[in-house]
Amino acid sequence: MSCQCGCQDEAAKREALEKVFEQYRGTKGALIPLLQEAQEIYGYLPGEVMQRIAAELKVPFSKVFGVATFYAQFHLKPRGRNIIRICQGTACHVRGAARVFESVSEKLGVGRNETTADLRYTLETVACLGACGLAPVMMVNDDTHGRLTPERAAEVLEQYE
Amino acid sequence: MKSLMDKCCEKCFHSPASPCKDYIKCRRQGPLCHEDESCRAKYRAFLEDIHLPEDSPRRQILICAGTGCTSSGSRKLVDALVEELQKQGLRDKVSVKITGCHGFCEQGPLMIVEPQKVFYTRVQVEDIHEIVASHLVGGQVVDRLLYVDPATGEKSLTYETVPFYAKQKRLVLANCGHINPEEIADYVANDGYLALTRALFEMTPEQVIEEVKISGLRGRGGAGFPTGMKWSFVRAAEGDKKYVVCNADEGDPGAFMDRSVLEGDPHAVLEGMLICGYAVGADEGYIYVRAEYPLAIHRLKIAIAQAEECGLLGDNILNSGFNFRIKIKAGAGAFVCGEETALLTSIEGNRGMPRPRPPFPAQKGLWGKPTNINNVETFANVPLIIRNGGAWYAAMGTEKSKGTKIFALTGKVNNTGLVEVPMGITMREIIFGVGGGIRDGKKFKAVQIGGPSGGCLPEEQLDLPIDYESLTSAGAIMGSGGLVVMDETTCMVDVARFFLNFTQAESCGKCTPCREGTKRMLEILTRICEGQGKEEDIETLERLARVVKNTALCGLGQTCPNPILSTLRYFRDEYEAHIRGKRCPARVCQALLVYTINAEKCTGCGSCARACPAGAISGEKKQPHVIDISRCIKCGNCMQKCKFGAVEKA
Repeated sequence: MSCQCGCQDEAAKREALEKVFEQYRGTKGALIPLLQEAQEIYGYLPGEVMQRIAAELKVPFSKVFGVATFYAQFHLKPRGRNIIRICQGTACHVRGAARVFESVSEKLGVGRNETTADLRYTLETVACLGACGLAPVMMVNDDTHGRLTPERAAEVLEQYE
Repeated sequence: MKSLMDKCCEKCFHSPASPCKDYIKCRRQGPLCHEDESCRAKYRAFLEDIHLPEDSPRRQILICAGTGCTSSGSRKLVDALVEELQKQGLRDKVSVKITGCHGFCEQGPLMIVEPQKVFYTRVQVEDIHEIVASHLVGGQVVDRLLYVDPATGEKSLTYETVPFYAKQKRLVLANCGHINPEEIADYVANDGYLALTRALFEMTPEQVIEEVKISGLRGRGGAGFPTGMKWSFVRAAEGDKKYVVCNADEGDPGAFMDRSVLEGDPHAVLEGMLICGYAVGADEGYIYVRAEYPLAIHRLKIAIAQAEECGLLGDNILNSGFNFRIKIKAGAGAFVCGEETALLTSIEGNRGMPRPRPPFPAQKGLWGKPTNINNVETFANVPLIIRNGGAWYAAMGTEKSKGTKIFALTGKVNNTGLVEVPMGITMREIIFGVGGGIRDGKKFKAVQIGGPSGGCLPEEQLDLPIDYESLTSAGAIMGSGGLVVMDETTCMVDVARFFLNFTQAESCGKCTPCREGTKRMLEILTRICEGQGKEEDIETLERLARVVKNTALCGLGQTCPNPILSTLRYFRDEYEAHIRGKRCPARVCQALLVYTINAEKCTGCGSCARACPAGAISGEKKQPHVIDISRCIKCGNCMQKCKFGAVEKA
């Protein structure tokens, strides 16, 4: 029986990160892709990973931190297994996106940019998903769900474990 | 000859390592390398596989796999259809093809049966059996899946007769929804890469730029700068290394044309960039795509790989000596990165903050080198111009705005979707002609054009011919072309607040007018919506708006007051009603509403009282209930819960 403490998991992640470093070594403007790939591996950006990136690129940690906090896509805290992004674009707004958000938020018991305690869901809003014809829309991971009602939105979530 | 890299005869030698300059012509117009009947037959079969002749007994089914239709379940349709064809023994006679967005997402998932052009809407897995049995085997069109015009009740058999399409002029979108975006052969069969061939072998870079100048094409990203002129600046700029950048950071809420072009016809964008690279003297290109568009990124990667495999990207393209490579950069979620200097800073790996111009990117862009940056739709127009000539293009549109423009029509309109129309068409024609009028028989109130940087135009501006100048003078902007239709149930103060909320959150904070100004304006608007508006608020808003407009560093700040200024210009009475009358005429702003129960409709079921978190509703069982206004927190729960429509708001 292998160890359950997660240290092997950590080692695998570190190895994956090293591979990404190799891939981008010598590439100009690599900071953002590196952060994106690191987040892909870890699910978020832990402080020590950002420090590793700073060391790898030979830039101050403050620069890495500055970039990571500027863009909406980067997260410094662990996130849920399923990312719910509810569109707040104009078309969705005029067709009732606010009520969709409320219903999902109420069902999960978390607010904007928060994660459920069981790490099953993270609830976010997004400015526009570009599927305005189907407003109101939400995206769960990479799936787009359109023509939502507050009730349907809450139902859709059930299929994501 | 299924794949573009299959040889048409032994003399055919094309490969990226030893490219042949007649490659595209050969694949498009017939074998030139070998005058031989078997060669010609292969070429005809290649084309017929993609374009079925009108009278062809063979059938092809096109299923939309754009984001809209995919989210309505079109992926499942493909599998179900293939299985059903197998079952009914038609697998070899009917081909199934996925396409990009048809633009009529509202009616999705969409399915087209070629060559008869039969257009099915809202197709579900359960319908597949009937389509195959009745239509493909029996020759009987499935009537109930045809499009019905909400205005006249008439059915349309083919997509050409659907009013939504019939009134458009689809040039840039011509391939979207009709070719498989993941198959370069489909693009080539539709005249793809012919423009590149012409540019490389028949024109000098100067002639290419001249042709673009003649066409009158202006940047489709919003500001409308003449494209040919921008290219000539980059060409003239000194530097051994130059870049071409495609701005695919479509962040405007309400706009999705760039996404559809990237998903439906990615090669058109690549070809536009290649031609641009040749014209300005660049050998490297970047496409900056927002990370929220995973499908667009996926299709672009496929398109780039296929173009490289065919020798249309890379070194010594088509044996012309021209080298060009394209890389994809995924954005990381910052609206301000749609601004060109911020976008370039972001590619370099920094916080995406804009910088003052000049120097313009044409002189000092990416890594300090001359850079030509254009939007997706602009690049997608370029192959059309080079193929058909600048004069052909300039014949469409108005005096100063040429060609067509794609609008994303959304909101409270019957037909939402992508609409490509010639410049100079009126807003009324788009909304009531193409768009089929206002949903649910409501009254038109305003159309918001140009996203968060644009403005709201009222009824009296509907007959305005749309071009860059007319929109600016009416207080809006072309922007990326998002059109959000609003009806009488939309509160214009709330809309202004909505956009300010967006720009305030997205302001990068580098310059004070934008950082502080948007915050203060949002505070005032929020106050007005909450019923705390003061008499001097309108004046303060106007003054702040002007200061921010005139002093902000980049386009985001300079245009963010537009929603306020335009709503103040056309809907001032609504602001006044909020401030002086403490009421919201459209009944949207919660704090200003008064909820009452209509005693005649109320059955006394008590569900409203149970839903009220403030305990403001009381009444006997089976007797009309009442709301205690002093305790009501205006959450609207009672109204949602009431099954009899007895709760009213005013």
